[in-house]
Amino acid sequence: MTMTAIAPEPVVAPELEEEQKPITKVSIIISKGTLEGVYPGLIMANGARMEGIEANLFFTFFGMDAVLKRKQDKIKVATVGNPALGVPTLLGALPGMSGFVTRQMMKKMEQLDIPPIGEFVQMIADSGGRLYACKASVDMFGLKKEDFVDAVEDIITVGDFYEMAAGGQIIFT
Amino acid sequence: MPTLTMLDTALDVDAEGFLQKPEQWSEQIAAEIARENRIPTLTERHWKVVRYMRDRYLQTGSAPSIRTLGKESGVDIKELYKLFPKGPAKLAAKIGGIPKPKGCI
Repeated sequence: MTMTAIAPEPVVAPELEEEQKPITKVSIIISKGTLEGVYPGLIMANGARMEGIEANLFFTFFGMDAVLKRKQDKIKVATVGNPALGVPTLLGALPGMSGFVTRQMMKKMEQLDIPPIGEFVQMIADSGGRLYACKASVDMFGLKKEDFVDAVEDIITVGDFYEMAAGGQIIFT
Repeated sequence: MPTLTMLDTALDVDAEGFLQKPEQWSEQIAAEIARENRIPTLTERHWKVVRYMRDRYLQTGSAPSIRTLGKESGVDIKELYKLFPKGPAKLAAKIGGIPKPKGCI
């Protein structure tokens, strides 16, 4: 039997060392219009700014409700088709149910000092986060810049988004 | 717990340099921490935020969220980020000699 030499300690490849560098920019996409679909992206954007990380927020499809003047304070928890909520479908479909669950959840969030969506969006903008709406979705829903809250800087294309996301991380929610 | 010596004082700190014993703090130490974090001088506006953070921690046992900071310290969010560009909640806490704020907001 021949003895093989013990391999030396592997050297970490330069590409892997890249992953240890701190994140300096994130571009977050919010694509859903339920309460639980909007908040993760907002928490991530605000959290990024709190760490001094540059943050872009891109709202597309029903995610745009979070930054539309007439929809912002009407965003609800999905009580149908949301098995994780633990509410039986027929119960969840009753009129007023999603409003009730939403109010309960928002009460709890307020206790934890999590702002309602309108205030949160403005907070992120005031912290230096940059907010954009998706042109394709805007065209699909027949919207205009004036329909959006002031915090939204511009309506941009997916190509514009990729350009501004370059060099950073992209987070899809 | 690691110790850091600053201005001839031994400070109990965590790995990131947050004071673990707020009573070891002084205004001179605050100014020194600020300098090390690229804030060469603490203006009255900086002090307003730092004092608010420290007082809230000492009263309630936890640091205020950035939301509360913006609403109740007398300095709004926009100005907070101008004064402390790399994150007001964390930096004001560090300068104020209180442990690192826990929480996502």
